Amino acid sequence: MERIPILKIGDFLLVTVQVDMHDRLAVTLQDDLTDRIVSSRARGVLIDISALDIVDSFIGRMLGNIAGMARILDAETVVVGMQPSVAITLVELGLSLPGIRTALNIDRGMDLLRSASEETGETASAGREDL
Amino acid sequence: MPVEKTSELPLRAQEDVVAARQFVRSWAVELGLSLVDQTKIITAASELARNAVIHGGGGFIRLEILQETGKRGLRLTFEDQGPGILDIEKAMSDGYTTGNGLGLGLGGSKRLAHEFFIESAPGAGTRITITRWKS
Repeated sequence: MERIPILKIGDFLLVTVQVDMHDRLAVTLQDDLTDRIVSSRARGVLIDISALDIVDSFIGRMLGNIAGMARILDAETVVVGMQPSVAITLVELGLSLPGIRTALNIDRGMDLLRSASEETGETASAGREDL
Repeated sequence: MPVEKTSELPLRAQEDVVAARQFVRSWAVELGLSLVDQTKIITAASELARNAVIHGGGGFIRLEILQETGKRGLRLTFEDQGPGILDIEKAMSDGYTTGNGLGLGLGGSKRLAHEFFIESAPGAGTRITITRWKS
Protein backbone atom coordinates (compact mmCIF):
# COMPACT_ATOMS: atom_id res chain seq x y z
CA MET A 1 0.00 0.00 0.00
CA GLU A 2 1.12 3.52 -0.85
CA ARG A 3 2.39 5.46 2.18
CA ILE A 4 4.02 8.75 2.99
CA PRO A 5 7.30 8.21 4.89
CA ILE A 6 7.69 9.51 8.43
CA LEU A 7 11.25 10.24 9.59
CA LYS A 8 12.38 10.55 13.18
CA ILE A 9 14.85 13.31 14.01
CA GLY A 10 15.70 13.39 17.70
CA ASP A 11 12.45 13.93 19.60
CA PHE A 12 10.57 15.01 16.50
CA LEU A 13 8.85 13.39 13.54
CA LEU A 14 9.29 14.86 10.06
CA VAL A 15 6.85 14.31 7.23
CA THR A 16 7.52 15.72 3.79
CA VAL A 17 4.49 15.45 1.56
CA GLN A 18 5.80 15.15 -1.97
CA VAL A 19 2.89 13.66 -3.85
CA ASP A 20 -0.56 14.91 -4.80
CA MET A 21 -2.44 12.95 -2.13
CA HIS A 22 -5.75 11.29 -2.75
CA ASP A 23 -8.05 11.29 0.26
CA ARG A 24 -7.33 7.76 1.45
CA LEU A 25 -3.59 8.42 1.44
CA ALA A 26 -4.15 11.51 3.59
CA VAL A 27 -6.20 9.49 6.08
CA THR A 28 -3.49 6.80 6.17
CA LEU A 29 -0.90 9.47 6.97
CA GLN A 30 -3.08 10.74 9.80
CA ASP A 31 -3.35 7.23 11.28
CA ASP A 32 0.35 6.42 10.76
CA LEU A 33 1.41 9.66 12.42
CA THR A 34 -0.68 9.14 15.55
CA ASP A 35 0.73 5.60 15.86
CA ARG A 36 4.29 6.88 15.43
CA ILE A 37 3.86 9.68 17.98
CA VAL A 38 3.01 7.07 20.58
CA SER A 39 5.52 4.39 19.56
CA SER A 40 8.43 6.84 19.21
CA ARG A 41 7.40 9.10 22.13
CA ALA A 42 7.84 12.07 19.86
CA ARG A 43 7.45 15.56 21.32
CA GLY A 44 6.69 17.25 18.04
CA VAL A 45 5.62 16.75 14.44
CA LEU A 46 6.86 18.79 11.51
CA ILE A 47 4.82 18.56 8.32
CA ASP A 48 6.50 20.03 5.25
CA ILE A 49 3.95 20.91 2.57
CA SER A 50 6.25 23.00 0.36
CA ALA A 51 5.74 20.57 -2.51
CA LEU A 52 1.96 20.84 -2.38
CA ASP A 53 0.41 23.01 -5.12
CA ILE A 54 -2.93 23.13 -3.38
CA VAL A 55 -4.46 22.50 0.03
CA ASP A 56 -8.20 21.94 -0.22
CA SER A 57 -10.71 21.55 2.60
CA PHE A 58 -10.02 17.83 2.93
CA ILE A 59 -6.25 18.25 3.34
CA GLY A 60 -6.89 21.24 5.60
CA ARG A 61 -9.12 19.11 7.81
CA MET A 62 -6.51 16.36 7.88
CA LEU A 63 -3.83 18.83 9.04
CA GLY A 64 -6.19 20.04 11.76
CA ASN A 65 -6.94 16.47 12.83
CA ILE A 66 -3.25 15.63 13.05
CA ALA A 67 -2.54 18.73 15.15
CA GLY A 68 -5.47 17.94 17.44
CA MET A 69 -4.60 14.29 17.95
CA ALA A 70 -0.92 15.09 18.42
CA ARG A 71 -1.78 17.65 21.09
CA ILE A 72 -3.81 15.06 23.01
CA LEU A 73 -0.77 12.79 22.76
CA ASP A 74 1.44 15.55 24.18
CA ALA A 75 3.14 16.49 20.93
CA GLU A 76 3.15 19.82 19.09
CA THR A 77 2.54 20.05 15.33
CA VAL A 78 4.01 22.67 13.03
CA VAL A 79 3.10 22.89 9.35
CA VAL A 80 5.92 24.41 7.32
CA GLY A 81 6.64 25.59 3.79
CA MET A 82 3.19 26.62 2.62
CA GLN A 83 3.37 28.35 -0.74
CA PRO A 84 2.01 31.92 -0.77
CA SER A 85 -0.53 31.08 -3.49
CA VAL A 86 -1.80 28.23 -1.31
CA ALA A 87 -2.18 30.54 1.69
CA ILE A 88 -4.11 33.11 -0.38
CA THR A 89 -6.42 30.41 -1.75
CA LEU A 90 -7.02 28.79 1.65
CA VAL A 91 -8.21 32.04 3.19
CA GLU A 92 -10.53 32.71 0.26
CA LEU A 93 -11.84 29.15 0.52
CA GLY A 94 -12.76 29.98 4.11
CA LEU A 95 -10.13 27.87 5.82
CA SER A 96 -7.78 29.69 8.16
CA LEU A 97 -6.43 26.48 9.77
CA PRO A 98 -7.33 27.33 13.35
CA GLY A 99 -5.27 25.50 15.94
CA ILE A 100 -2.44 24.78 13.53
CA ARG A 101 0.96 26.31 14.13
CA THR A 102 2.84 27.23 11.00
CA ALA A 103 6.38 28.29 10.16
CA LEU A 104 7.98 29.50 6.95
CA ASN A 105 10.47 26.66 6.63
CA ILE A 106 11.82 23.53 8.32
CA ASP A 107 14.51 25.41 10.29
CA ARG A 108 12.03 27.81 11.83
CA GLY A 109 9.60 24.98 12.43
CA MET A 110 12.29 23.04 14.29
CA ASP A 111 13.06 26.10 16.43
CA LEU A 112 9.39 26.41 17.28
CA LEU A 113 9.15 22.75 18.26
CA ARG A 114 12.33 22.92 20.34
CA SER A 115 11.14 25.94 22.30
CA ALA A 116 7.72 24.37 22.80
CA SER A 117 9.22 21.15 24.09
CA GLU A 118 11.68 23.00 26.36
CA GLU A 119 8.80 24.92 27.94
CA THR A 120 6.87 21.81 28.82
CA GLY A 121 9.79 19.40 28.72
CA GLU A 122 10.43 18.92 32.43
CA THR A 123 6.90 18.37 33.63
CA ALA A 124 6.01 16.32 30.58
CA SER A 125 8.98 13.98 30.85
CA ALA A 126 8.33 13.55 34.56
CA GLY A 127 4.76 12.63 33.73
CA ARG A 128 5.94 10.12 31.19
CA GLU A 129 8.11 8.30 33.69
CA ASP A 130 4.95 7.24 35.46
CA LEU A 131 3.50 5.52 32.40
CA MET B 1 -19.49 31.60 -26.53
CA PRO B 2 -16.69 30.15 -28.68
CA VAL B 3 -14.98 27.14 -27.14
CA GLU B 4 -11.37 26.72 -28.19
CA LYS B 5 -10.82 23.32 -26.72
CA THR B 6 -12.77 20.83 -24.65
CA SER B 7 -12.23 17.53 -22.88
CA GLU B 8 -14.01 15.26 -20.39
CA LEU B 9 -12.76 13.05 -17.57
CA PRO B 10 -14.69 10.56 -15.45
CA LEU B 11 -15.09 11.17 -11.71
CA ARG B 12 -15.74 7.80 -10.12
CA ALA B 13 -13.09 7.29 -7.46
CA GLN B 14 -10.71 9.29 -5.25
CA GLU B 15 -7.92 8.75 -7.76
CA ASP B 16 -10.05 10.52 -10.39
CA VAL B 17 -10.11 13.62 -8.17
CA VAL B 18 -6.29 13.67 -8.27
CA ALA B 19 -6.35 13.17 -12.05
CA ALA B 20 -8.90 15.99 -12.42
CA ARG B 21 -6.71 18.35 -10.36
CA GLN B 22 -3.70 17.55 -12.54
CA PHE B 23 -5.69 18.02 -15.75
CA VAL B 24 -7.08 21.36 -14.57
CA ARG B 25 -3.55 22.43 -13.63
CA SER B 26 -2.15 21.68 -17.09
CA TRP B 27 -5.01 23.55 -18.80
CA ALA B 28 -4.67 26.52 -16.43
CA VAL B 29 -0.94 26.66 -17.20
CA GLU B 30 -1.63 26.40 -20.93
CA LEU B 31 -4.14 29.25 -20.68
CA GLY B 32 -1.47 31.33 -18.96
CA LEU B 33 -3.26 31.90 -15.65
CA SER B 34 -1.12 33.39 -12.89
CA LEU B 35 0.09 31.02 -10.15
CA VAL B 36 -2.50 32.33 -7.68
CA ASP B 37 -5.29 31.97 -10.26
CA GLN B 38 -4.11 28.44 -11.10
CA THR B 39 -4.14 27.54 -7.42
CA LYS B 40 -7.65 28.95 -6.97
CA ILE B 41 -9.20 27.09 -9.89
CA ILE B 42 -7.42 23.81 -9.05
CA THR B 43 -8.57 24.06 -5.42
CA ALA B 44 -12.17 24.76 -6.49
CA ALA B 45 -11.97 21.84 -8.93
CA SER B 46 -10.73 19.57 -6.15
CA GLU B 47 -13.69 20.47 -3.91
CA LEU B 48 -16.28 20.03 -6.65
CA ALA B 49 -14.76 16.84 -8.07
CA ARG B 50 -14.76 15.30 -4.58
CA ASN B 51 -18.42 16.33 -4.12
CA ALA B 52 -19.34 14.60 -7.39
CA VAL B 53 -17.59 11.41 -6.29
CA ILE B 54 -18.76 11.34 -2.66
CA HIS B 55 -22.20 12.95 -2.74
CA GLY B 56 -23.10 12.47 -6.39
CA GLY B 57 -22.07 8.83 -6.65
CA GLY B 58 -19.72 9.68 -9.52
CA GLY B 59 -19.99 11.69 -12.69
CA PHE B 60 -17.62 13.61 -14.90
CA ILE B 61 -15.76 16.88 -15.30
CA ARG B 62 -15.70 18.81 -18.55
CA LEU B 63 -12.91 21.30 -19.19
CA GLU B 64 -13.28 24.08 -21.75
CA ILE B 65 -11.08 26.94 -22.80
CA LEU B 66 -13.37 29.84 -23.72
CA GLN B 67 -12.71 32.78 -25.93
CA GLU B 68 -14.70 35.97 -25.77
CA THR B 69 -13.86 39.31 -27.27
CA GLY B 70 -10.57 40.21 -25.74
CA LYS B 71 -10.49 37.56 -23.03
CA ARG B 72 -9.99 33.86 -22.49
CA GLY B 73 -11.03 31.69 -19.61
CA LEU B 74 -11.19 28.19 -18.22
CA ARG B 75 -14.68 26.77 -17.65
CA LEU B 76 -15.18 23.60 -15.64
CA THR B 77 -18.45 21.68 -15.48
CA PHE B 78 -19.07 19.00 -12.85
CA GLU B 79 -22.01 16.74 -13.47
CA ASP B 80 -23.36 13.81 -11.50
CA GLN B 81 -26.53 11.73 -11.49
CA GLY B 82 -26.70 11.57 -7.71
CA PRO B 83 -29.53 12.39 -5.32
CA GLY B 84 -29.32 16.11 -6.08
CA ILE B 85 -29.52 18.97 -3.59
CA LEU B 86 -32.77 19.73 -1.81
CA ASP B 87 -31.96 23.21 -0.58
CA ILE B 88 -29.27 24.84 -2.72
CA GLU B 89 -29.12 28.02 -0.68
CA LYS B 90 -28.49 26.06 2.50
CA ALA B 91 -25.92 23.83 0.77
CA MET B 92 -24.05 26.93 -0.39
CA SER B 93 -23.67 28.33 3.11
CA ASP B 94 -20.35 27.79 4.89
CA GLY B 95 -20.36 25.13 7.55
CA TYR B 96 -23.37 23.26 6.24
CA THR B 97 -22.57 19.63 5.48
CA THR B 98 -24.47 16.41 5.00
CA GLY B 99 -21.28 14.37 5.11
CA ASN B 100 -18.40 14.61 7.52
CA GLY B 101 -16.61 17.42 5.73
CA LEU B 102 -16.20 21.04 6.71
CA GLY B 103 -19.05 22.28 4.54
CA LEU B 104 -16.78 24.71 2.67
CA GLY B 105 -16.83 23.03 -0.73
CA LEU B 106 -19.66 24.83 -2.51
CA GLY B 107 -19.42 28.28 -0.95
CA GLY B 108 -15.62 28.15 -1.09
CA SER B 109 -15.55 27.13 -4.76
CA LYS B 110 -17.89 29.98 -5.58
CA ARG B 111 -15.51 32.44 -3.94
CA LEU B 112 -12.56 30.97 -5.87
CA ALA B 113 -14.21 31.38 -9.28
CA HIS B 114 -15.30 34.42 -11.27
CA GLU B 115 -18.55 32.77 -12.31
CA PHE B 116 -20.44 30.03 -10.53
CA PHE B 117 -23.61 28.34 -11.70
CA ILE B 118 -25.43 25.46 -10.04
CA GLU B 119 -28.40 23.42 -11.20
CA SER B 120 -29.75 20.64 -9.04
CA ALA B 121 -33.00 19.05 -8.00
CA PRO B 122 -33.80 16.11 -5.75
CA GLY B 123 -33.40 12.91 -7.77
CA ALA B 124 -32.12 14.76 -10.81
CA GLY B 125 -28.39 15.04 -10.09
CA THR B 126 -26.26 18.15 -9.89
CA ARG B 127 -24.44 20.24 -12.45
CA ILE B 128 -22.04 22.96 -11.36
CA THR B 129 -20.17 25.24 -13.72
CA ILE B 130 -17.33 27.54 -12.70
CA THR B 131 -15.27 29.88 -14.84
CA ARG B 132 -12.04 31.69 -14.16
CA TRP B 133 -11.04 34.36 -16.66
CA LYS B 134 -7.49 35.27 -17.46
CA SER B 135 -6.93 38.69 -15.98
